[in-house]
Order: sequence, then C-alpha cells, then structure tokens
Amino acid sequence: MIVANKNKIISMAKNLSEDKTTSGRSLWADARTRFIRNKAAITSLFILALIVLFSFVGPYFAVWTYEQIDWNTMGSAATLGMPSIETGHYFGTDDLGRDIYSRVIQGTQISLMVGVVGATIAVVVGTLYGATSGYIGGRTDQIMMRIVDILMAIPFMFVLILLLVVFGRSIVMLFVGIGLLSWLDMSRIVRGQTLNLKNKEFIEAAKATGVSDYKIIMRHIVPNLLGIVAVYATLLVPGIIIAESFISFLGLGVQEPKTSWGALISEGAGTINYDTEWQLLFPLAFFIVTLFCIYFIGDGLRDALDPKER
Amino acid sequence: MLNYIIKRIGIAIPTLLILIAVTFYLMHAAPGGPFTSEKPLPPQVLANIEAKYGLDQPIWRQMTTYLWGILTEFDFGPSYKYHSRTVNEIIGQGFPITLKYGFWSFVVAIGVGISLGAIAAIRKNTWVDYFAVGISIGAQVLPNFVMAPLLIIVFTLWLGWLPGGGWHGGDWEYLVMPVIALSTSYMASIARITRSSMLEVLNANYIRTARAKGLPTKTIFFRHVFKPSLLPVISYLGPAFVGLITGSVLIDIFFSTGGMGYFFVNAAFNRDYAVMMGITILVGALTILFSLIVDLLYAWIDPKIRY
Amino acid sequence: MNYLPKSLAMGFVLATFAASSVLAAGTHPVTGEALADDQTFTYSLLDEFTTADPQMVEDVSGSYFVRDLFEGLMNQDADGNLIPGVATGYTTNEAKDVYTFTLRDNARWSDGNQVTAHDFVYAWRRLADPATASPYSWFADIMALENVGAVMSGESPPEALGVRALDNHTLEVRLTASLPYFAAMTTHASTFPSPQWTVRTFGDAWTKPGNIVGNGAYVLTEHIPNETATRERNTMYWNNDATIIDKVVTLVINDENTDFTRWEAGETDKGAVPSGQYPRLKAEYPDEAISFPRLCTYYMTFNLSPSGPEAFKDVRVRQALSYALDRSVITDKILQGGQIQAFTFTPGATAGFEVPEVAFGQMSQDQRNTNAKLLMSAAGYGPDNPLKFEYIYNTSEGHKKIAIASQQMWKETLGAEVTLANQEWKTFLQTRGGQNFDVARGGWCGDYNEASTFLDLMTTPSGYNDGKFSNAEVDELMLSARTMSDATSNYTRVEEIMANEMPIIPVYHYTGVFMLRKNVKGWPFNNVEQNVYSRDLYKVAD
Repeated sequence: MIVANKNKIISMAKNLSEDKTTSGRSLWADARTRFIRNKAAITSLFILALIVLFSFVGPYFAVWTYEQIDWNTMGSAATLGMPSIETGHYFGTDDLGRDIYSRVIQGTQISLMVGVVGATIAVVVGTLYGATSGYIGGRTDQIMMRIVDILMAIPFMFVLILLLVVFGRSIVMLFVGIGLLSWLDMSRIVRGQTLNLKNKEFIEAAKATGVSDYKIIMRHIVPNLLGIVAVYATLLVPGIIIAESFISFLGLGVQEPKTSWGALISEGAGTINYDTEWQLLFPLAFFIVTLFCIYFIGDGLRDALDPKER
Repeated sequence: MLNYIIKRIGIAIPTLLILIAVTFYLMHAAPGGPFTSEKPLPPQVLANIEAKYGLDQPIWRQMTTYLWGILTEFDFGPSYKYHSRTVNEIIGQGFPITLKYGFWSFVVAIGVGISLGAIAAIRKNTWVDYFAVGISIGAQVLPNFVMAPLLIIVFTLWLGWLPGGGWHGGDWEYLVMPVIALSTSYMASIARITRSSMLEVLNANYIRTARAKGLPTKTIFFRHVFKPSLLPVISYLGPAFVGLITGSVLIDIFFSTGGMGYFFVNAAFNRDYAVMMGITILVGALTILFSLIVDLLYAWIDPKIRY
Repeated sequence: MNYLPKSLAMGFVLATFAASSVLAAGTHPVTGEALADDQTFTYSLLDEFTTADPQMVEDVSGSYFVRDLFEGLMNQDADGNLIPGVATGYTTNEAKDVYTFTLRDNARWSDGNQVTAHDFVYAWRRLADPATASPYSWFADIMALENVGAVMSGESPPEALGVRALDNHTLEVRLTASLPYFAAMTTHASTFPSPQWTVRTFGDAWTKPGNIVGNGAYVLTEHIPNETATRERNTMYWNNDATIIDKVVTLVINDENTDFTRWEAGETDKGAVPSGQYPRLKAEYPDEAISFPRLCTYYMTFNLSPSGPEAFKDVRVRQALSYALDRSVITDKILQGGQIQAFTFTPGATAGFEVPEVAFGQMSQDQRNTNAKLLMSAAGYGPDNPLKFEYIYNTSEGHKKIAIASQQMWKETLGAEVTLANQEWKTFLQTRGGQNFDVARGGWCGDYNEASTFLDLMTTPSGYNDGKFSNAEVDELMLSARTMSDATSNYTRVEEIMANEMPIIPVYHYTGVFMLRKNVKGWPFNNVEQNVYSRDLYKVAD
C-alpha cells in the first residue's frame, strides 16, 4: 500500500513543481482551503487528535495501571473480566487479569510512536538520500540509484526477522529495521522531484552567488519537497503500524509488560473462541479507526495538494 | 529492450551476491547455532557434528564452499534440523505450495480488486462508492492473523463447510481459506488504486472529448479508460508479490499448508543456516525477476515508456 | 531387580494370550469392548518432527515416530514397567557391568529380513561413530559402553565399542561402570536397531517413505513435511496380531488455538489445550480434557557464577524471592491444568522418591510473604534501596504469563524492580549457558525415571548447571548415590540442602494436558515418561 500511492504522488509532484514558481503561496493557501472543505479528512483529523489525546489523558481515568494484575480476576477472564465500570476495567481484562483499558492506552502510545518514528526515519533518510543523489547527478546519481535498486530486491521482511533474531528484540532495532524497510521509495520520489527543481532559477541564482552544495540542498531543495514528503509520510505510517503488528505476532515485538496494538490484537485473536471477545475488539477498534483516519487524512492531503484530481 | 533486460540481469547478480553475503554474515552472527539445545551437547559430539557440516571452517571458507556448491551442482546444502532432508528438497516441496495458493490469491486480488475499484469509480460519490471504499480500507486494515482464525471458526467450526487446514495436494476446499486470508489486503489495495487512477482518466480531456462526440459509454470505458487506468495497478504488482510471499508465513502457521513461509521463520529460529539461505536467495531472485516482468509489462501497456 | 522375573512373566502371558486367541472381529481381545470400524488415530503436532532415524532423533515427537517404526530390546508397558521387546529377556553379572540379551527369533524387519543381534551392534556403533555425527551420541556415553569415549573422539574405530553379537540372537554388552538400570535405557529411541542394508543403499534419505525399513508395529507410508505424516500397520511385525490401530496420522498445526479448533471440529483425535483454557474445556468436555503428572519441573535459576549479580550471593535474597512467589497463583490461575506446586526440584511422581518436607513448603503463603519481607530487609533491601534485576525467559505464551505474574508478585511483596526480557530460544540458550543473566527460566524433564536425572543438574561438574551452583556436600551425596542400591536418603538430603541454599526457585511440576477423544483408549497416562506406543491404543465403537 505504501507503493500503491507512489504513482499518484509522482503525478502530484509534477503538479507541485509546475505550479510552484508561478503561484507558490496561493497553492498552499488553496490546499488548506480544499483540505478544510474535505469533510472525511477533517473528521478523521479530529478523531485522530482525540485518539492521541486519549493516549495521554486516558491514564488519569484508569483505575489500574497497564502492568498491574487484578489477582481476583486472573485466570477467570471469561467470567469475571468482562468490561465493567464497577471493577474499573472499562474494557475488561486479559487472561492475566490486566486492565485492557490501560493496556490499549499503552499500546496506542507505542504503536503510534513506532509509526511516527519509523516514518520519520524513512522520511529523513529518504529525503536526504534522494535530494543528494538528484542534486549531484551524473555518475554519483547513477551509483546511488543502483544501490537503491539493489536494496529494493532484498526481501526486507525476511531481513527484518533476521535482524531481530540476531541483535535481540529491542524497540530501537524495530525502528531501525522498519526505517530501513521504508525509505527506498521515498528516495526515488524525492530524487525525481529534485531533478525538476535543480534547473529552476532560484537554485541557479544560489549557485551563482557561491552557496555551498550542502546549504543549497538543506535550504532550498528540501523545503520545496515538504508537500510531497508530508503526503508520503501519512501513507507510510499505517504501513509501518501494520508491519509492527506482524512482527509482534511472530513474538519479536516490544517486551512485556509493555505492549502494542499488534501484540494486543494477536493475543485477543488467539482467545476469540473462548468468550473473551473484548480482548480482541477494543484494541482492534482503536487500530482500525486510527488506520482509517490516517488513510482519509492522507487522501485528503493528496487531493488538496493535487488540484487536478478534483 | 534486449539491452535493458541484459542490464537488469547484470544488476541482479551483484544484488544476489550482496544478499547472500549479508544473510550469511547475519546468520552466523546470531547467538547460538543449529546444534545449541536445552541439553547442551558434549564438546566431542558438537565437534563431530560441526566437522561433518564444515561448520568448523572459517566463515569466508564456508561461504565460498556454499557458493561453489550452488554454482557447480545447484546444491543448496543439507538441513541441519531435519537430518534426512536437503534444502533443495525442502524448497522443492514447499515452494510449489506457496506458488499455488499465492497464484490464486493473486488472481483473486486482481480480479476482485479491479472490479471493485472500477465500480466505485464509475458510481463515484454514491453509496456504492462509499461501500466499496469502506470495504477495501476495512479489508486492508484487518490484520490477517485476525482474519485467519476467524475464517477457521466460521467455516470449519460453525458451518462445517471447509476443512480447518492441511493441503492435500491443493484440492479446492483446502485452498479457499488460505486464498481469502492472503488475498484480502492486496485486493483492497488494488481496488483503491484502480478507483483513483480510473477517476483521473475519466476526468481527462480525451475522455470528455469522446463523450462529447457521443460515443457509447461501453466503448469509451473499455477502449479508452480501462487500459490506462491499469498502469498504476501493474506497478503495484511487484511489491504485492513480495507481500504475498511474506504473508505466506501466516498462512502456513494457521492453515498448516506446508508452504515455504513457515520454513523460513522456523529456520531462522532454529538457526538452520542452509534452509534460511536457500529461501532468502529464492525470494530475492523472485523479487528481482518479478520487478523486471512488471517493468516490461508496464512498457508494453504504456507506449510512452521506452527502455 | 525383582521386577525382572515379574515383567518377563507378564510378557509371556501377553504373548501366549495374543498367540492363542484369534482376534474376534470388532472386540478388544482383553477388555471385550466393541471396537470402532475405523481404527485410524489422528493427532496434532505443534511442530514438524525432525527425523525418523533412531540414531539421529532428538525431539519428543520424533521419538514417538521411532517407537512406532522400530522396536528396541525392551519396551515399557502402560505404567512404565519394563517388558520384553525384541529381547525376550536378559541376564547380568554380579557387578552389573556385563549384560547379555536374548533376542526373539520371530522378529522381522518390514522387508522380511530377520532382526538379529548384528542389527543392534550396527545401530549402536552408528550412534557413537563420529561420522554419523548424531546429536544424541552422548546417549552412548551415558550408557557407559566400553571404549565409547575413544570411539566418539575418533581415536578407536567404531568396532571397538563394547557391544557384540555372540550369535544371531544373543547380544552382549560390556560397560565401564556398574549400571543397575541399564536394561531400562534400551527403551530409549537412540538404542533401536537400524537396517544396515537400507542405510547403505539410500544414505541420509533412508528414512523417507518407500525407502524406510523398520522392525516396529508400523511403517511410514507418507510424509509431507510441515503438513502430515502417515504410518500404517506393519504386517511383518512379530506381534502384528495384537495391534489394533491400523493407521496413525499426524497433522502439523503450528498454532495451539487453531489446533484446538480443529480438534473441536473433529479433524483430530488428540489435540492441544490452549494455555489457560483447561478448566473451561474440562467443564465442557469432562471425559476428553486430560491432565496427568509428568516428570518435569519448571524452575528459575539464579546466576551464582562470578558474573552474576552481587545481590544473589546473599542466600537471604534468594530465599526471599523464592518465598514471595505465590505458586498457587501460577498453577491455579495461570496454567490451570492441574499442575503441582513445586518446593523441591524433583517431582513427587519420580519412582523411588519421597518428597521431603522442606520447611518453606509447609508454610502458608502469608507466612512465606512475611518471612520473605524479613529476609529482604535483613539483607539490606527496602523501599529506598529496591532490589533490581532482570528475568529472562524464552518466547512462549505460557512463560510470558508466568514471568509477568512473578514480576508483579516480587514488586508487590518485596518492592523489587524486575525487568523482563524474552529471547527467542537459541539466543536464550546462549545467554543462559554463558551466564549472562541475573535470573533465568528453566525447565527440566527427566531422561529416565529416577531422581538423579534431576539432582545431577545441581552438581558442580554438570554441563547443564547454568546457574553454577556449587556445594561440596551435594557433589559428594550425588556421587555416592550412583553405586547405592537405594539412594533415597541421599536425594532427600540434597533437596533439603537446596531448600536452604535456594540455588533455584522450583515453581511447579508439569502435567501433560491435551484433548483426547473419548473413544480412544489405551493411552498410558501412568507412564510418567510418556513413552507411548500406538500399537497399545485402540478405538472403541461409539
């Protein structure tokens, strides 16, 4: 799905670079207006904000912490652990008697963090790599893009599993692995965009006044890529969250007692047949709603920045 | 064109070599080895076993021996875990299975995905559209490790229509649930891509012209809209294919299909070096091959692209 | 050794019985129950078995295959007693270091060849031969066969091994030590015969269906790795008339929940009970959810080596952590499969072992908690100076739950700050074996039904003593136990020392828990080693 939207982004990139020099400012203003008019996107943004807010404020309403065990409920989740205001387990408990409400909050924080950090790594590496490659051009560009081709042919999920096995599971490794997994497309798109920008007057002017290549890339090229990068990033986040859930399913995700949506969902899915459906439904609901929202926001952003598709 | 193909294959060889080197190194860097076990082997026994498999040699030596075996005899080595089997046998047994349910998932994902996307685009902003979009995003975000057990509970336990797992040479009733579980998220992606690219084409000037000329809708659709809308779908097929192979891990775990995916994960956990290498190389080679095919397809559909 | 004549006599009775009575169609020859028409037994495996080669096999599920496909000198009955297999009996000398087995003359391989003493000689040499590189060749070592060390290191040829065929039906074994229980070791899969001619012809591929030749009650007819394997009645088997199950099918199901779902859907006869679901299933399927004691102990080991944390050098800290662990929560609320709380390392189910009354096992949990707190503060730990350590366990749903619960118990009772780290299996073994841990999870299953299989682990030279506990008295007691005819008092003393020194925290003794359809009879629940032979099973008509 990450790559799925690449083509749309490429077409958007073309539009952006075409419009930019003539109506740079009004494009952004237009885009904002268009985005605000997109009901689905705005609603999604609102819901997503609520979820993020919930993950920070939620703990203040919790009776139990995410790692605390309710010894009375432990082992009888199906009969005593159902969601209830009375026991303080608003979303019920898991098999160990831990509070799903608090665990969902904890999982939300971790999963969103994995998504955002993973996407950030991908965006930073991809942008710098692509911009450098495109800006310098020539043989360097050739070699750098060949390297991307080579990396793309590597089955990354397999390598990620290997990495987690080799270096032991840690959240840092997960970030690094997922970041490695996702920056390649980004770098290609950015490179193409940079090739367009390179010949624009303002870059040539900067060059003529003797600004260093490094500064040109950081000050002039990268800021002009922000639009496309932003859209791409929103599309990356769900993919990374899904990847993390897969890794959690294989038992290579975050360490207990911390948790993530993937870990919660895979635990809940395991016990679906044993009358404890809340163990699956609550984390799954958060997971699905969030991903829905991010998709709609991404679509909204793309539509807003790409007037042609209206 | 031929030049292009040769060049791509030229890149494929160093790519595979890098992949082999990285995997080889990573594997040997992993803690423990194929013969680490709960009841540790006496040093003498361990030495005997390592000597038998050449694991007492330096890494570079092992790697060259390994490569030499592949080049000269197409021999990917023995499994350290399943003593009586070679990697060639394991892949020979598991790969056709993965290929079969992978292929049908691919067919279903493309067929259903494109139809769903096209219907949504044509009926844009009606309830049909919303329904199709909703379904496709929903299908995309429902993890398949949730879908698989649900399918088994519904179709096997409640309805009793389908066997809960196994392969039996790939009879259809053993194929249904794996294909559903594996194809859904790709079907959803394809539907979304088709919808948006088709909307784009529908709004293009030449379609407006065609409409203005009063051409019948059917003709416009099949002659002018359909083919160009498929371009982005095709470029998605490469990554989708890799995704299917990775996804096969879950299918093998839940449906006991005996495909390659679980062999890989198992081999990684068991440190079954040769099996892990063999599968990684195979998947790497397939990924390269598939992206080449996709690029060629792309050129064939879009005459503007020339290599 | 007074069980010898008894078991031989029993074997004789069984043999004459099988020979004299013609199997009435549809009824069990002994119990007279009506038998089901379809005698196919289907069971699930969580993972593919590694091999059906007797000398190479190392996993439990593979050993079950080997027991069905081959037959060793001696077998076990449903209670774990020794009964004749290929051997009709044996004699031994006063010193118990020379054994002579007499082989039956009607034993046949599935290709019609006679099973001879030479086949055993070949197999045992093959086990020890460095060229075979068997991961279980250490079994030849603990069998103490003459010259085994030299053969395994390659200094002597395999022919030097202390086993020879006096004639086709007489096997003589010479040992370097006195082993009163040697005959019992021949029930182990590693000691089963292999057909030299088949191994020669097919090499490593000899165990594949079509190639494989066995002397057991079944032959392997189909094997699709990671999916299914089928073994069918071997008509050449000497006691084939007594076999009731015609066909045994295994299905590999990697997920325990799916495994249970498929059992529920009627696809298997024996399936998994997902962790924590036993009470619910017992209520729903009272006759089919099974739980029985096993010879295994779940424990946690302190790292007492120089690389271990300073805190654990203080015995009070070790005791406090052990006391504060509420084992009843683990057995009754987490596992819920009838597991037994453990206060000693050796399970009570072990033959000839009386569980000693160790002091902390007698206390109530409240008393234990109070004592634990006292010990902890005496050792200098309190709210302002909390004990901190890491607990490692290998990735598994069950281990995870126990780790989480323990962490919370230690936190709530002692204020200890414990971090959890799960590692996948091989990494875990490497970490634990290299003493790179504070506290680690451990599980140990007896190789044979005798307390030393557990307690040897606590001796200084043991290769499995990952916590590096070392106590001169324990070493001395275990050494002298080897030559004693009744070592019960030594074992009791060792357990008492361990209860004081607390090098490990015993947590619980395992039970075997699974779903077994009620028409399947003959499962040897009383055989604590769970040496199951499919030929002893049968299905009754519903």
